[in-house]
Amino acid sequence: MISKFRQVLNSGKFVVTSEIGPPKGTNIEKMLHHIDLLKDKVDALNVTDHQSSVMRFPSIGGCLAIKEQGGEPILQMTCRDRNRLALQAELLLAYTRGIRNVLCLTGDAIPVGDHKEAKGVFDLDSVQLLRAIRQMEAGKDLGGNELDGTIEFCAGAIVTPEARPIEPQLIKFEKKVEAGAEFFQTQAVYDLDNFAKFMQYARQFSVKILAGIVLLSSASMAKYMTENVPGIFVPKYLIDELASAPRGEALNKGKEIAGRMVATLKKESICDGVHIMAIRREEVVPDILAIAGL
Amino acid sequence: MKSITKQKPFDEVKQQLDRFDRVCIVGCGTCATMTKTGGREEVLNMKEHLQELGKLVTGWTVIPTACDEMTEGALNLIQGIQNANCILVMACALGVHKVNLYIDKPVIPALDTLFIGVEDSPGYFHEVCAQCGQCVLGETAGICPLTACHKGLLNGPCGGTNNGKCEVDKEKDCAWTLIYQRLKEQGRLDLMHKYHPPKNYQVVPRPRVIKLV
Repeated sequence: MISKFRQVLNSGKFVVTSEIGPPKGTNIEKMLHHIDLLKDKVDALNVTDHQSSVMRFPSIGGCLAIKEQGGEPILQMTCRDRNRLALQAELLLAYTRGIRNVLCLTGDAIPVGDHKEAKGVFDLDSVQLLRAIRQMEAGKDLGGNELDGTIEFCAGAIVTPEARPIEPQLIKFEKKVEAGAEFFQTQAVYDLDNFAKFMQYARQFSVKILAGIVLLSSASMAKYMTENVPGIFVPKYLIDELASAPRGEALNKGKEIAGRMVATLKKESICDGVHIMAIRREEVVPDILAIAGL
Repeated sequence: MKSITKQKPFDEVKQQLDRFDRVCIVGCGTCATMTKTGGREEVLNMKEHLQELGKLVTGWTVIPTACDEMTEGALNLIQGIQNANCILVMACALGVHKVNLYIDKPVIPALDTLFIGVEDSPGYFHEVCAQCGQCVLGETAGICPLTACHKGLLNGPCGGTNNGKCEVDKEKDCAWTLIYQRLKEQGRLDLMHKYHPPKNYQVVPRPRVIKLV
């Protein structure tokens, strides 16, 4: 069984992925509801891995739930919490349970999360994790030992097209491509002209790029992200547009902006697809897709 | 090279000394004196605080360099050390280790050992080497990513870097932005494209021991 998601990526279709944030605790009802709502509307669903270094139900647990409901999961794996033994073991488990896609990330720093006294691991980095996957696919673990049964994953990574300075990020992007990344989901992009310039550069590599779309729920949230989240810049005209929405209508305006961006990216064939992140408001993703005409 | 220390909160020292009523204090004339954590002045301050607590300070000294072999002799010279039922050491952990080796009494550290660092300007110290056993400075423009990057990344910056600063602290420089700028200035940017494999931690088995010939 090969990755259904890889088939979609290679089909030439405009790819849509979205993201599920697991709960803090064992009450998985809401997560299951979000999976049920989105699994047939998108090509694959990421499950975040202790996003922002906040301890939660694990990514692999969410991915198994997606499999059980007949969806296509993308396992997010950060290097923050596991050493190379644990990362490889989880890849073995994921493979045996039918998970075929993995997104390799460094992981946020421990101090930004809710367990500030914990030890950050970072035994591997995202480039090394990608290479580890390709090495295991070739039949050997990172210790150079033969595997009794190998893995096969559609492996991806992330890139921040708006990082400043951009060149160090692009060098890392190229290292990820060389390490075997097949697809990239980007950090949120809002300035599509800037993003188109990044795509001109990225097109020279044979990888698929899915533009990161983060739902803006209010003008203050947009401002906060611009001021505080590395690599995210919301242009002033979008903040003004959100601010101009009538009282109680900011979220609808945010959905409209997100839908409009998705439609433009598709219509102008700027990139290969989108990755929609509606952090804690997963239920509005179908509205965004409807506005985008998808 | 300096062993950078800070004084433990006095409450912690007090709690560790709870079962001892006669204390001998040992400071260090090298690193702990320069960091003002275990020099003569700090030792005398500690003496006063302990006396206020009702402890008998049986003796005190500041050993020139607590981590070398002279420590054994220096300890023997302290008047009143035999009357103490514990030794409070105001030196880095290397000094604590040496004192512990040479005296058969409970040894209590008064300092936390933070890192091996350099002094940038008076009173400001920073860590430049994590003593990882496998130096990469030749390929990283003399800036150690293992030490200077919060995550110790070997293959370039993470996505948390922002205008040259680190995601854990807006005041802290992103190590990989510094490395990038320096390599670029030196016309060696090709080195940033080089893949660094996972670090070999076997070169530094703990505890580390080496016989230098």
